[in-house]
Amino acid sequence: MEASHPVLIVENLSVSFETPDGIVHAVNDVSFVLHRGKTLGIVGESGSGKSVTASSLMRLNNSVTATTSGSVQVSGKDLMAASDDELRQIRGSEIAMVFQDPMSALNPYYTVGAQIAEAYEVHHPNASKSEVQMKVIDMMTKVGIPNPEQRSKDYPHQFSGGMRQRIVIAIALVNDPKILIADEPTTALDVTVQAQILDLMLSLQAENGMAILLITHDLGVIAEVARDVLVMYAGRVVEKADVEDLFEIPTHPYSWGLLGAVSSLDDSHRGQLKTIEGAPPSLLNLPTGCAFHPRCTYSSENNGQCETLVPSLMQKGPEHSSSACHLQSARVVQIGREVGK
Amino acid sequence: MSKPIALEVRNLVKYFPTGHKGFLGRPSQELKAVDGVSFVLSKGETLGIVGESGCGKSTLARLITRLLDPSSGQVILDSQDITHLRGRRLRDVRRQIQMIFQDPYSSLNPRHSVGQIISAPLEVQGIVSGDELMSRVREMMALVGLNPEHYNRYPHEFSGGQRQRIGIARSLILNPSVIIADEPVSALDVSIQAQILNLLEKLQQDLGLSFIFIAHDLSVVRHIADKVAVMYLGKIVEMGPSSAVYGRSLHPYTTALLSAVPVANPKKRGASGRIRLQGDVPSPVNPPSGCRFRTRCWKASELCASHEPPLIDMGEGHLVACHHPMEPSEGAGKPPVER
Amino acid sequence: MFLFITRRLFFALLLLFAVSVVTYLLFSALPVDPAALTCGKNCKPELIAANRVRLGYDKPLVEQYWLFLKGIFVGRDYGMGQAAFSCPAPSLGYSFSQHECVTTLIGKTFPVTAFLSIGAFILWMFIGVGSGAIAALNKGKWQDRLANAFTAIGVSLPTFYVGLLVLFSVVIWLGILPFPHYESPLEDPVKFLNAMILPWITLAVLSAASYTRLTRNGMLEAMNEDFVRLGVAKGLTRRVVLRKYVMRSAMVPIVTIAGLDFAALLGGAIITESVFSLPGMGKLSIRAVVESDLPVLVGTTMVAAVFIVLANVIVDISYGFLDPRVREK
Repeated sequence: MEASHPVLIVENLSVSFETPDGIVHAVNDVSFVLHRGKTLGIVGESGSGKSVTASSLMRLNNSVTATTSGSVQVSGKDLMAASDDELRQIRGSEIAMVFQDPMSALNPYYTVGAQIAEAYEVHHPNASKSEVQMKVIDMMTKVGIPNPEQRSKDYPHQFSGGMRQRIVIAIALVNDPKILIADEPTTALDVTVQAQILDLMLSLQAENGMAILLITHDLGVIAEVARDVLVMYAGRVVEKADVEDLFEIPTHPYSWGLLGAVSSLDDSHRGQLKTIEGAPPSLLNLPTGCAFHPRCTYSSENNGQCETLVPSLMQKGPEHSSSACHLQSARVVQIGREVGK
Repeated sequence: MSKPIALEVRNLVKYFPTGHKGFLGRPSQELKAVDGVSFVLSKGETLGIVGESGCGKSTLARLITRLLDPSSGQVILDSQDITHLRGRRLRDVRRQIQMIFQDPYSSLNPRHSVGQIISAPLEVQGIVSGDELMSRVREMMALVGLNPEHYNRYPHEFSGGQRQRIGIARSLILNPSVIIADEPVSALDVSIQAQILNLLEKLQQDLGLSFIFIAHDLSVVRHIADKVAVMYLGKIVEMGPSSAVYGRSLHPYTTALLSAVPVANPKKRGASGRIRLQGDVPSPVNPPSGCRFRTRCWKASELCASHEPPLIDMGEGHLVACHHPMEPSEGAGKPPVER
Repeated sequence: MFLFITRRLFFALLLLFAVSVVTYLLFSALPVDPAALTCGKNCKPELIAANRVRLGYDKPLVEQYWLFLKGIFVGRDYGMGQAAFSCPAPSLGYSFSQHECVTTLIGKTFPVTAFLSIGAFILWMFIGVGSGAIAALNKGKWQDRLANAFTAIGVSLPTFYVGLLVLFSVVIWLGILPFPHYESPLEDPVKFLNAMILPWITLAVLSAASYTRLTRNGMLEAMNEDFVRLGVAKGLTRRVVLRKYVMRSAMVPIVTIAGLDFAALLGGAIITESVFSLPGMGKLSIRAVVESDLPVLVGTTMVAAVFIVLANVIVDISYGFLDPRVREK
């Protein structure tokens, strides 16, 4: 049993937004623990609540329309109860974030060097000019930008998408944070560049032992880099598992559908892909009981439980996996093995 | 053995003026978006075009549909050269080639009802009207899996997948023979992607359509295409039957591209011989001399810098433009790993 | 960048030349005889003919235009012998109803317009950007709703209406200020301020409205940008994020439009000047229209055109400094 160092503990996180159309329940009762040096993946489709979960961890949600409950603990401090000042101390130094679109994540009006420097100076107010400059060059070298001295004076638009994402990563890691939240960090990038960026994140992780929370819709990316996985659907965690278990014996009908719907490179025989019928529900008006039941092929097997009762996470198959489904364990494992092959 | 040809593209070229302007505002440079692309699309076939951003695949789609005029080259539809058609004759051709767009959110007019959107091409072409129009639209809605009762609803009342179905219905209403789909599923969630891909395949079988399917997602193209063309900086670097290109890629770029796709199988994680290309795609304004891929290629030699490799047939319709094609012994994963 | 500026200036000159041709031709096509206007009602035909020769209206149109153009660069002499007089360069012609060189007339009236424009501009930028920022920071609250109402009213009210309203209420009903009577600020600063304060407020309130909206929407848009979220995620204080991230990006379009608005105002605030009887260029233009004083009309139009073309060039160039993405191209 390896020693575990929890660096982030999230308990019963719920987030809802007030909108003109009503209250959107974006995240419901999400709990997880992030360990030092490990990567936790959150996978889900649009509207699953994965991105809102990510931004709640740094309290980046609109404070006027969002209501957040639950606790988020970093180094023994509850972020949900932290003052604005305490929060600022933590942001960027203990938790940092990488966004989806490197084209829009950098301030177009300042040089990239100035933006990296700014991120360092906020948390090192007494650093000298030369020290800051060295740090900037050092970070740019670390994330693999050629000619860092010269390029630090360039503006974001003078870089390619991949290079910009490297700069965003440099900004995120300049203060050596314990936790890196990466929200779809490679979705906007080409596949060869995606591979470069994922490699970069993993090698930096190996170097400084940070924990990564990786948000993505791409099961391929999850399979490549995550160690543990949360599958989210309609704001809830429906399955929590070791990455290998998830692909070998998935234990939730939604995961089964997701795995079946992915077309793969080995897929030589043409034919119908498996689909999940229908579309994800509106978060304004969630189905009663299990939110997945209207699209679930197996909901008829449970005497109406699925329509009335929200299932809670329970171990159904492999030791470290749990799923929120009313199906019997034996049945879950049987179907899971078929899907996982 | 050879199937009838639906569409042929010969040596298609599109340069966009760009760069710093001179004193009188004349652009000094050209962006070589598409630079000498040729291929043949057989009837009932799906040709997949893959490549990274900036490779010219979307420009190619617009050239074929005549949304852009090519700098040179020909587009031949049903043995008719349509490259320079204008006015009414161009309109007739447009009926035959229809497009499906990437973004189901922005390609539909939010102020028009679904019925209006789907029937608009019919009205523009002035073919049918009144009750017949109505029944054609309802038929089409049913065909693409929309409820015909929703004729009067507006786009915002539909989900992303349904909106893409509306887009598909609109492109099919004129009974085209060729459909050009530009990233038709990349804006959709995985579970919805599968629905749309299945629909496209079913429609192709039922209606005998020929497809050009443009995408950056290699897995999706693998699933749907009979034939694949890989583009890099405005040129086709490899083309052939899917099974050949995916099974035994000959061009180092294809090999690298395939090896960069994340595999949804954690057990294959870190498998031996992953190729990691260095750097970014060079600018199409000033592409490398000779072979355009040479600056990122681990097999490049002096020959590659001086001579542009022609696209030649290596057997069974598997074409490659490379001086040092991959050897079978190298497989898909043997070349030096670069990190 | 240097090439860019020279090219822009070259085309600006070309454009001004085209404007001068069109203006000159357009006004020449009016059904008035300039020579007949030089003397009163009971003018003898001989005198009219003599004046026509003296002012050069006997020559073909092309030559007339050429003399006009030449006058701008080298000045122009009229008549001969004792009756001769000259308008030194840059001469824009001679007003036959006011018996003065057009350049002199513009020189007299322009300072008034400039004072009016500068004062109003400073005021409206403060009001507009300030209220826009307050509205954006309090989106949906009463401050925002108030700013929205102000915008709607300000944008829809016509200048002459607000001008008269202000004049009536402050001067006539309330009697707070004396009726505005313009004096040069060098002569009598108090009277100058007395005359200017109401027109400044009128112009500022009306123009500020669209800047309120521009600032509010620009800031709200910027606040949704990923790079602003990244700024917060860095741990920056709210003040720094607002200044370096939000305002910086909201200001770019504002600076552009402000430059153009200001230049347009310099060409003469016709309505405001009329309402408050300020002897500015707008007033000069109106009088020229009433009296069919063609040389003055051509002159004021040209001056206004120069300001607008120049402002366009300056805005384009400053855009390059404000937005590094534009600088490259």
